[in-house]
Amino acid sequence: MSARTRELGILILVGLITVTGFASVYIARQNELSPGSLSYAGFFFALYLAAHLVARFTVPDADPYLLPMAALLTALGLTEIYRLNPTDALRQGLWVVIGVAAFAITLITLRHDYRRLESYKYLFGLSALALLFLPALPKIGHSINGARLWVRIGTLQFQPGELGKIAMIVFLAAYLHSKQEVLALGRLKDFGPLLAIWGCAMLVLVATHDLGSALLFFGIFLAILYLATSRLLYVGVGMTLFLVGAAGVYETTAHVRSRVTIWLHPWTIQPVPCPTRGGLLMQRQECESFQLVKSLYSIARGGFSGTGLGKGTFTLTNGKGLIPDLNTDFIFSALAQELGLVGVAALLLVLMLFVVRGFRIALQVDDGFSKLMAAGLTFGFALQTFIIIGGILRLIPLTGITLPFISYGGSSVVANFILLAGLMLVSQRANEAR
Amino acid sequence: MNARIRLAALVSLTMLVALIVASTYWQAWAAPDLANKSDNSIQLVSEFTIDRGRIFAADGTTLAKNRIVHRSNTTYYFRRYPLGSLTAAAVGYATLTKSRTGLEHSANDYLTGADQSLAGAIKQIGDRLLGSTIHGSDVYTSLNLRAQRVAMQALGSNCGAAVAIEPTTGRVLVLASKPSYNPNDVEGHYNRIRDIKSPSCKPASPLIDRATQGLYPPGSAFKVVTTAAALDTGRFTPSSSFYDPGYCTEYGQQVKNFSDQSGPEVFGPIILSRALQHSVNSVFCNIGKTLGMRTLMNYARRFGFDSKPPIDLPSNAVAASGLYQHERLLSPSEDGLGDPGRTAFGQDKLLVTPLQMAMVTATIANNGKEMQPHLVDRVRRSNGEVVRIKPQPLAQVIKPETAMELTQMMESVVSAGTGTAAQIYGVRVAGKTGTAENGTGQPNTTWFISFAPADAPRVAVAVVLQNQTGTGGTTAAPIAREIMQAILSTALNSNS
Repeated sequence: MSARTRELGILILVGLITVTGFASVYIARQNELSPGSLSYAGFFFALYLAAHLVARFTVPDADPYLLPMAALLTALGLTEIYRLNPTDALRQGLWVVIGVAAFAITLITLRHDYRRLESYKYLFGLSALALLFLPALPKIGHSINGARLWVRIGTLQFQPGELGKIAMIVFLAAYLHSKQEVLALGRLKDFGPLLAIWGCAMLVLVATHDLGSALLFFGIFLAILYLATSRLLYVGVGMTLFLVGAAGVYETTAHVRSRVTIWLHPWTIQPVPCPTRGGLLMQRQECESFQLVKSLYSIARGGFSGTGLGKGTFTLTNGKGLIPDLNTDFIFSALAQELGLVGVAALLLVLMLFVVRGFRIALQVDDGFSKLMAAGLTFGFALQTFIIIGGILRLIPLTGITLPFISYGGSSVVANFILLAGLMLVSQRANEAR
Repeated sequence: MNARIRLAALVSLTMLVALIVASTYWQAWAAPDLANKSDNSIQLVSEFTIDRGRIFAADGTTLAKNRIVHRSNTTYYFRRYPLGSLTAAAVGYATLTKSRTGLEHSANDYLTGADQSLAGAIKQIGDRLLGSTIHGSDVYTSLNLRAQRVAMQALGSNCGAAVAIEPTTGRVLVLASKPSYNPNDVEGHYNRIRDIKSPSCKPASPLIDRATQGLYPPGSAFKVVTTAAALDTGRFTPSSSFYDPGYCTEYGQQVKNFSDQSGPEVFGPIILSRALQHSVNSVFCNIGKTLGMRTLMNYARRFGFDSKPPIDLPSNAVAASGLYQHERLLSPSEDGLGDPGRTAFGQDKLLVTPLQMAMVTATIANNGKEMQPHLVDRVRRSNGEVVRIKPQPLAQVIKPETAMELTQMMESVVSAGTGTAAQIYGVRVAGKTGTAENGTGQPNTTWFISFAPADAPRVAVAVVLQNQTGTGGTTAAPIAREIMQAILSTALNSNS
């Protein structure tokens, strides 16, 4: 069986799961939804069939599991978004269309040889920086929950950092591939670029007040640096510098300090001053850590088997929502309540499988740039998942970034489809060569 | 480079495994803890999507039921209390904004169906998978609605409480507290409860269950505990003789006998049984001094003083009886517990709850064996399975002979002593009055504790009234009589 036929078979399976998901949401909430909701599943399947056909013509030998897994993750996200807010689901559906289009365009334009991207590395580097700093600009930059990650033009708003992440991975893979030998020597002057990028990451952190994005970018940078040079020392030094920088930002930025306090002590027995209420004394779980704590309650209520899709509790009896940003940053806690530990573990296993396939591609492909790019894209995917879910599960301080493929949000969906296309291009090359 | 890629893969997978471990922690290990957090509105709201079990009186009358509300595509089961304030003290309320009290709190596991047997639990998982509503278990209480109504009516506009217990089983038949409130007002009309005023006490505090957490000086009602100690230690008998000069000398000061007393002001030579019959303080003062604080309080503790009675109500709604100073329960090992003479006739630092006094009475009625008081008789699960709550003995507090002698002495209180107002035609009633002074010129706290029939007890009662000008015999005894009568007549009906 050819790789693409296998892909089609798994996509049909994913299609069945999607129908089941929408059907259970419909059954649970039928006085609110119309049976037309089931057409979502059909529409979705047609969309992925199109993506499959594009892949069949452009990357026939590429890994057959990546596209169905992405389909499963987007379907799961869309089902939950639909359950939380049908209007948002319509928009998210449109974004998935745009994402699949971006996927197709990437595959079609780069189908002959994506490695020519290597020669445009500085263009990628500059656009990465531009995209990163865009939200920090006055007028168009926009901050949500104290983190300046958004750009708003008219009614359209997006997080340019998501695309910046991909541009930066391509730049780093190309740049470090060309400087591989020189850097491995470890001469002091070669640390220049390293320090420059550390400085940039810190600037992003200061400008956007967002620990999560800074951690994500710097983590990707260190990973690719290590893969290229094989120097664990660089990783150690880099992490130390990051911690020093983060400590500095912690000292100077109230927003970052508050995030750390919430992480360490989300519950207080005694009332403490609430910064958002002008220092009014109240328990922290009623104030600063409200969102994290309510999200943990949502996760805990899921228990082992979950409440079932459409049966979770996210609102008060008057219909007022309990958890802010539920369908973007906190979609995991909605899924955890409705699908339970069983569903969450399955979801995380799918994400792990995606990561395994990504690294497998990096292992199989034979040229340095492709290896660095595939490994970089995959590591970025894993680290982003860890930062957001780890924040929700209180493993690390909570920062608002999206869960790949699942969260509501246009820029995130489009960026992840481009990431997927990148991995499939590299995979095509690896399998072609054999 | 492949070795490095493998390391990067290992790091990535470790991060994702950590997420699975953390999810397991929150969803399996920490979940019960989080479910009990008071600010867990998700748990609270979701419990209102459970078809909560109903609460019934012993005769099957509904005390709490559900009002079904469909709102934003969810079915909520809100509570209604058809009888309003009548059983508020026992049933309490379950609301979204003010949480839960009473049986609604302590029996929550039954009412939400969380108490299931294995088969029930499997069915419940099935229900959850099918998305159908979870049904809680119905709770049948031992409350005798007829007697409860009589008690609430008899308490009238007084501030006070009444408790009735079935001595042989510990089943609570009446739990009445006045002023009361309408539990239907808690959500939405809380101001109505806040505005409740009483002509007899300030503040009215309708939300305080005076029957289980109201602390009052027991006055002469405590003399039954003193007498139990006196007889049970073998130091005295009902015919032990004393001399009553009309006062008792405490630390060189004369403590005059009390208005509660019946008969002459000064008895002169008198035996113990007659001293109890007429509630002669000086005799008990001397017994207390002879026995000492340690023995006296030791017996009180055997009846359940110094700790919260193990009734199936939320523990924060139950108070421990004992020696109090500055609103703090003194521990038995402390110095300065007070003087034994005045403690022996129920004054000084003693504060007791009506529930505790009803337990003391029921213990004497049940041959000295104390039964655990309980409100929940049986639970009917949604699958029809019925779980009966068996009566649990707590302890043999005093010897059966002591209990018998005490019963005879208490019968003489009702037949020809301070408690004649509690007489019921054709029924032998045993009782004891109490009139506690709250300081000169201040109104009294009055008591009556009793059980009937004395030869085969079916009910033990404790009645307390705040701010009275009369004595226990004139104010509380008639109320106790009405409650006993109501219970005895229903008991006869249901037996036939």
